[in-house]
Amino acid sequence: MVSEQEIKETVKNFILKEYLPGEDPAALTDTTPLMTTGILDSIAVLKVVNFLESEFGITIEPHEAVVENLNTLLDMAQLVSSKKAA
Amino acid sequence: MTTTALHQLLDLSSSRFPSRIAIEESGGDSIRYDEFTHLSDRVRDRLCRMGVEPGDRVGMCLRKSADGIACIFGIMKVGAAYVPVDPTAPASRNAFIFQNCAVKALIVEQRLESGLRDQFGQFGFAPELIVLDGVGAGVPLTAALERLDAVDPAPAAPSVSPDPSALAYILYTSGSTGQPKGVMLSHGNAACFIDWCSEVFQPNEQDRFSSHAPFHFDLSVLDIYVAVKHGATLVLVEEQLGKDPVRLAAWMAEKKLTIWYSAPSILSLMAQFGKLEQNDYSSLRLVLFAGEVFPIKYLKLLKSSWPHPRYFNLYGPTETNVCTFYEVPQRIPESQTEPVPIGKACPYCEPLVVNEVGNEVARGAEGELCIAGPSDMQGYWSLPEKTANAFLPGHKRRWYRTGDIVRELADGNYKFLGRRDRMIKKRGYRIELGEIEAALYRYPAIKEAAVLAFPDDDGVPIKAFASTRDGSKLSIIELKKFCSENLPLYMVPDHFCFLESLPKTSTDKIDYQSLKQMR
Repeated sequence: MVSEQEIKETVKNFILKEYLPGEDPAALTDTTPLMTTGILDSIAVLKVVNFLESEFGITIEPHEAVVENLNTLLDMAQLVSSKKAA
Repeated sequence: MTTTALHQLLDLSSSRFPSRIAIEESGGDSIRYDEFTHLSDRVRDRLCRMGVEPGDRVGMCLRKSADGIACIFGIMKVGAAYVPVDPTAPASRNAFIFQNCAVKALIVEQRLESGLRDQFGQFGFAPELIVLDGVGAGVPLTAALERLDAVDPAPAAPSVSPDPSALAYILYTSGSTGQPKGVMLSHGNAACFIDWCSEVFQPNEQDRFSSHAPFHFDLSVLDIYVAVKHGATLVLVEEQLGKDPVRLAAWMAEKKLTIWYSAPSILSLMAQFGKLEQNDYSSLRLVLFAGEVFPIKYLKLLKSSWPHPRYFNLYGPTETNVCTFYEVPQRIPESQTEPVPIGKACPYCEPLVVNEVGNEVARGAEGELCIAGPSDMQGYWSLPEKTANAFLPGHKRRWYRTGDIVRELADGNYKFLGRRDRMIKKRGYRIELGEIEAALYRYPAIKEAAVLAFPDDDGVPIKAFASTRDGSKLSIIELKKFCSENLPLYMVPDHFCFLESLPKTSTDKIDYQSLKQMR
């Protein structure tokens, strides 16, 4: 079972590489807002959802791909954990 | 029927189809034509009681909803012009807009009220407010009006019959100097376009129109007024849903929409990610798009999933509304790699293609497209110089200069080639790159900033080049956060590149040509 910490690290590395090249990794914290600040635009969100699905073997329903579940690394890790536990 | 005043369209439809559904919200709540017109009358009465008079402006900071649309009609019924802003944009930008055109009253959602009040307070600006607890099916609006009536009843006021040149709405678009500018549009400006839509699209009361564009985006003019004119149902697409191609595609099929209108970007995304083959779109009879170039590969992909509707590319800046149109042929040749043309001029306006000095070019030569006719705007709010510069000098007739470079093809259609200036279109929104630069210059550590767009088939990524006072690199997260507090989200740069100093031309100006090479 992957821990929330491991999920956060995996997603963090993906987002840093794809959308924040050159950024200091320490600047991207668990609670940095990603959707409401434009760090992830709508296409980026789709790609992050695809990444979460393939990386963690889960299915995210369209109605779950919303800002409440995806705005921060913490939100994403919680969504993934709850899916893995279900 | 010829349209005169926009709000009269509602009263006519409500007398013909009182019990038909006028507006349906994303979640399924709806209001009928008789309820809709009654609610807009109450808004009119309240505004009149607040002292709003014909010729005044009334601001709106509301999410798309039946409440919002009832406000639009109520504002016009009292003879005022509505000024809608993006409720997700920073309060500072919205407050600037309301103050700039000195709105007499403002209709606002409660969660946005204090942010705006704080901004207004700094300038001693205090419009009358109607505060809604939220939005949805007209319920919060009715409650707000009732609260006000309980203290100070608003007697019934007559609806005005405005002159066609009276302002109906002001839409603010990105301004190159860092502040948005207000495009003033009259009832007559919109009416010629709406009547043309009636002829070409033949809508009727059975139609179900999508309403995807927000109120502050001029695409909403077609959805709202053409649907209301014909007693059709306007099906609102809530903002989050409107950005999510997967949910939107399923929702569209479920709602059995007959007429879709949006910028191409969301259609491209639906074609790619929407799993369109899983749903039934047999009701869809028209797909209209406008606001930017539709990459041909995604238009082909969309047509392969939805082969049966008719497709139209509608073109025109906010200043002229739609002024050219092109019907996409049933089959796009496999070999076609160029986007579809913007088409021929709508019958109510006249096109003219001119060179740099404003002389007409030979047929088929490249030049700037100018448009004259009843859809041309009244001007920019309190910017007489900008207004004068927007029209061709030395002509008796008002020829609006679109800034778009075009060429007339052999078959008479115009092809869009690019821009004369630094404006771009992203997801249908107009963006002056200079407005983004002005925002970046407000970030204390930034010494120089230059912003460029690098369009490709998948979108229009915006890249900001910057140098800092101490030569260090800045946090991209911090900068994006800062931008999102000062600009609408669609204007936040996608990429940042830090340089020791920006390249300069021989006259010591920022050299955009060499930055262009640094894709």
